[in-house]
Amino acid sequence: MPSKFVQLRRQVTDRFFTGLAAGLSVVVIGALVAIFAYLVLRGAGSLNWAFFTQIQKPVGESGGGMANGIVGSIMILVIASCMGVPLGIGAGVYLAEFGRGRLGRLVRFTADVLNGVPSIVIGMVAWGLVVVRQKHFSAFAGGVALAIMMIPTVTRATEEMLLLVPQSVREAAFGLGIPQWRTTLSITLPSARAGILTGVMLAFARIAGETAPLLFTAFGNQFWNLSPGQPIAAMPLQIYTYALSPYDEWHRQAWAGALVLVLLIVGTTTLVRFVFLRRMLGGAR
Amino acid sequence: MGTAVEVRDLKAWFGKTEALHGINMSVESNHATAVIGPSGCGKSTFIRCLNRMHETNPEAKAEGEVRIGGMDVYDVPAVDVRRRVGMVFQKPNPFPTMSIYDNVAAGLKLNGTRNRTTLDDCVERSLQQAALWEEVKDVLKKKSGASLSGGQQQRLCIARALAVNPEVLLMDEPASALDPISTAKIEDLIFELKQKLTIVIVTHNMQQASRVAEYTGFFLMGNLVEFDKTEKIFTNPSDKRTEDYITGRFG
Repeated sequence: MPSKFVQLRRQVTDRFFTGLAAGLSVVVIGALVAIFAYLVLRGAGSLNWAFFTQIQKPVGESGGGMANGIVGSIMILVIASCMGVPLGIGAGVYLAEFGRGRLGRLVRFTADVLNGVPSIVIGMVAWGLVVVRQKHFSAFAGGVALAIMMIPTVTRATEEMLLLVPQSVREAAFGLGIPQWRTTLSITLPSARAGILTGVMLAFARIAGETAPLLFTAFGNQFWNLSPGQPIAAMPLQIYTYALSPYDEWHRQAWAGALVLVLLIVGTTTLVRFVFLRRMLGGAR
Repeated sequence: MGTAVEVRDLKAWFGKTEALHGINMSVESNHATAVIGPSGCGKSTFIRCLNRMHETNPEAKAEGEVRIGGMDVYDVPAVDVRRRVGMVFQKPNPFPTMSIYDNVAAGLKLNGTRNRTTLDDCVERSLQQAALWEEVKDVLKKKSGASLSGGQQQRLCIARALAVNPEVLLMDEPASALDPISTAKIEDLIFELKQKLTIVIVTHNMQQASRVAEYTGFFLMGNLVEFDKTEKIFTNPSDKRTEDYITGRFG
């Protein structure tokens, strides 16, 4: 039996560190809440029907909105996800299920390095790869830049999540005479689905707010464009332009745009999670 | 009855370490054969060589001859072997994302069977053989395999292995993670199952070996020390080491 003094000391230490951990969590959550609250405060007032349905008005006229930027961002993100997610998951599967030895280490290392490349550099690469050849800016070029940014995050998340699936589950499948590719596709990947989805959403959220890689790929556009081959407006670009402008009206729109962008990211992430996880908890398939 | 599994000079390695030093064994069909021995003696490695699960470990290698019903195991693709030689593992390992039904049907479905009636029949038959049907028949597609109790999960894994209609069922300490009642159920099951197929069971539990198996092999440090009728092994072993082990002098 420890002495009264030791008991007391242990209690105090326990309280202190529990309190410290709680306090730090509050600081972290507080930062998030503060950002969101400030965005609502500054942006919500400028949100109206026109913001979602109209494109920007010439300077001096009030009103107008970011409809083209919202649609443009969605288009670029869809293009990026269509390229980045399959490539990322494919590379992750390779690393987790087959990638032992030198090639595996090389791919893993490359993914980590790619993750650390500044986004402006990735924008330049996409410019060189796509814009220079096409000889004009385009939504597609923006999508390529963002796809490159998505790949390493999705790759490493997929790999880590697949490695968390117990080896015994794979053995069970092999023991039934199910070939390896089938096992990966129908058993291992579905078992890791929730985690991979989180990784994909994380990557999505990260690229949704990127401005730098779009500067000389998607370029931005004051007008409507629905063709992936043409320069297109994107919310981060418009927020950037508006925020740097000298006009009050544009500043207000920039705040509103920032709020909508955050809502777009939170909304998509929640929706995808809800749809996929509900299907998974259903058990079958 | 004939011989179901014929093993000739089987050697196995992990990296550079030889884990099995030339095993010879004839397993009688429609009987249960127990494999006993202290930890690390190679008994699990031995049965994992019979359906080529040993080589799923990237470092592992095996050599020698294993014949199962006229098939030279090391001469045909591993997936073909595993469809004819089922396996039940130490820890129950149902597929976590699948329903009970899909777990049992997995072997057929993922190998290409699509016909609903065939699948339904097979799932019912396999679950009945594994004595699990009555407990789960109302929740087949509603509950996931992982939501069952440990003992039920293990019987589910047995049903899953039976669904592909194997000739031989390998069991790697199938009851060592289970409570006594679940263990008794699994042992009862072994009695039923050997009417239809051949069973090779690894066990740490010598009473279990004497209860379920007609033949027993005693492994020690990668060698098959003695292989005989279970009764003979436990009452009158010919090798001193076997006697020491079963009387509890080591291991």
